[in-house]
Amino acid sequence: MLEPIRYKTTDNVDFIIIGSGAAGGVLAKELSASGFRVVVLEQGPYLTEADFTHNEVEVLKRNQLTNRPDIQPTTFRKTPMDKAKRQRALVYGRMVGGSSVHFTANYWRFHEIDFIERSKVGPVPGANLADWPITYADLEPYYTKVEWEIGVSGLAGASPFDPPRSKPYPMPPLPVKSGGVIFERAARKLGWHPFPAPMAILSQPRPGRNACVQCGFCESFGCEVGAKSSTLATVIRMAEKTGLCEIRPNCYVHRIETNANGRVIGVAYFDKKRVSHLQLARAVVVCANGAETPRLLLLSTSTQFPNGLANSSGLVGKYLMLNSGPSAMAVFEHPLNDYKGVAVSRILHDFYELDPQKVGFCGGGGLDARFDMTPINFATGGYDMGGLPPGTPKWGKEFKAALAHNYTRSLEIVSHGTSLPVESNSFSLDPDLKDAWGLPALRMTYKDHPDDLKLGAFLRARILELLDATEAVQKWASPVEEQDFAYHLLGTCRMGIDPKSSVINADHRTHDVKNLFLCDGSSLVTSGRGQPTLTISALAYRAADRITELARKGEI
Amino acid sequence: MNESVSRRRFLSRGAAGLSAVWASAHWPALLAAATHAHQAAKSAAPPKFEFFTADEAKEVDAITSRIIPTDDTPGAHEAGVVYFIDRGLSTFSVDDQKTYRQGLPELQARVAEMFPGTSKFSALKPEQQDEVLRSFDESDVAQKASKPAQRNLRRRPGAQNFFETIRQHTIAGFLIDPDYGGNRDAAGWKVIGREREHMFQPPFGYYDKGYPGWEVAVKEATKEAEKK
Repeated sequence: MLEPIRYKTTDNVDFIIIGSGAAGGVLAKELSASGFRVVVLEQGPYLTEADFTHNEVEVLKRNQLTNRPDIQPTTFRKTPMDKAKRQRALVYGRMVGGSSVHFTANYWRFHEIDFIERSKVGPVPGANLADWPITYADLEPYYTKVEWEIGVSGLAGASPFDPPRSKPYPMPPLPVKSGGVIFERAARKLGWHPFPAPMAILSQPRPGRNACVQCGFCESFGCEVGAKSSTLATVIRMAEKTGLCEIRPNCYVHRIETNANGRVIGVAYFDKKRVSHLQLARAVVVCANGAETPRLLLLSTSTQFPNGLANSSGLVGKYLMLNSGPSAMAVFEHPLNDYKGVAVSRILHDFYELDPQKVGFCGGGGLDARFDMTPINFATGGYDMGGLPPGTPKWGKEFKAALAHNYTRSLEIVSHGTSLPVESNSFSLDPDLKDAWGLPALRMTYKDHPDDLKLGAFLRARILELLDATEAVQKWASPVEEQDFAYHLLGTCRMGIDPKSSVINADHRTHDVKNLFLCDGSSLVTSGRGQPTLTISALAYRAADRITELARKGEI
Repeated sequence: MNESVSRRRFLSRGAAGLSAVWASAHWPALLAAATHAHQAAKSAAPPKFEFFTADEAKEVDAITSRIIPTDDTPGAHEAGVVYFIDRGLSTFSVDDQKTYRQGLPELQARVAEMFPGTSKFSALKPEQQDEVLRSFDESDVAQKASKPAQRNLRRRPGAQNFFETIRQHTIAGFLIDPDYGGNRDAAGWKVIGREREHMFQPPFGYYDKGYPGWEVAVKEATKEAEKK
């Protein structure tokens, strides 16, 4: 194998890619495979399979793979009128491979409706719902490309609600679990259409990668056998093999530099020792996620760009969408042992597209049967509720008895739904709080649109209806609440045709700066129904094609 | 000893559960994963204390033993939770040292306040120990209502914080993967019914055992729908 290339900061490389997750990893591979010289700057470490463990304390409590609240504090407020308070507001992957390393690996395509919902349902008061400048048909070849190139397990044609696809999945679904069987039977009883969950986890081995060994540590953990199709396990390796792509970890980018002509000339970053460097490049692609991408643009002010780079619209950081959806737990007579295997084995999309006239709100969603709680999370609660019924004592004999009985017998049903784009929901720079590098901290402003809460209540009722059709001996649902914590970071530099109402065009080029491109969750115009990662990677493959064509025509 | 056993165990069980083709095709990765587990096991808790004095360890062990008591199955004591906490406080949980140093004496002060003449938690009877811990449990509303006398106890915020911290540490030490310094002999996993394996194969549980497969399930469902 070729020794990975190392560039000097003074080398004027073709592209800098900031971030190496679901989008950055794909762009690194595609652009370097097209012959361009690429430097990927990643703020986190370069870990590999041998570094991944099942150590809940290291991973969950000490944020081994994710952003660090101790050195990267954040603040939260509900509305622009409130003063933001310091609290942990979001989680994202902070390592080579980004969030694609620790995510649960649910891998839904968006449906046609997600791209044209505004035209179909009309304006929604309190939201700025817009059509995408591209359609599902434009993105379909890239969905297929992702599924085949990184390896996705699933069963084409199993859901009557699936959008058209040009090719089946490259490998069969992963084994069904007890929770999946319970879910499938109950849903069928109700006349719904459950189907095997498409997952970015290998059900069959691929060169250099194992098939899933069903260890059960998917969500929040890195896969130590390479079965989870993260960009780390897939495209980043391909990028390095081109001999043209350098993955440079532990680089905290703090500024994109521009010249008097309004063109980007390079990127300033702090290395591990917090020494600042300037890497030169002919063009920059920001793939830092829906929180850090707008933050970086807002940090990169200059006399020419006083409100932040590429922010003539004033929309950088706005229209944040998190996806939403309550969940429920149920306990059964016999052990399910759903701690084994991947988190989700059955889902349904019967409520993906709802008629606003009938239900009284705009939006839709899906349900899945899952068990994604590690033993400690089950007993203490992670970010959400733990796995024990409300009112269970938190220690002592009864606590132990509940734990002993419920751990193997529990199932969670989770809903995933729309968040509508609301202008005041945003990431911005906190005026007071700084991170460990002295840079303004991320401030999240978020209040769910009333329709999102109505959708939550609707999905919660469907979950309970489904559980009523099972033989659950006990069940309880989480309340429908306004959110104050983000897993999905979407919509904050939205794509569009009009430079006044969007930040990037359909080529992912910023309207304001010719050689600056953005591609990640921030590009999304709508939130889909809850599983955005496949769409982010598909957009990245498409963006790479667009950028390559522009570069070859000398138009960058 | 311990390490080599767990490494062998991992390899043999892993390979036995899978087809020979799979195992040979993926041997390097399997080996890498096993070596990794082996290294982690090496750093398991040593049977001596690094942070606690012997006296403190005795008290902490007594507290953890009420948070997850021993009954007909093992509890925090059998899982060696006190060793996990001790090691944590000198490694990954250094920030919590102060909570223990301040909280433990405060908790003992409450012991003396509630049971005059006793100054050590470990010297109390289990029911009395529970009473002390309950006085710190803010979620235990019913208990507070039924024991109005306890409301007159002196506020001890350090011990309050300590109780919540040690509760979480006890659960972590009882349920963490035994490779990472707690949950001795996988005692905690035995209690909750989690098998100590790195690889599983279907059927996983009771309800997927008789599953006929997707195709058959679809056919059955279609027939069912036609009947209606």
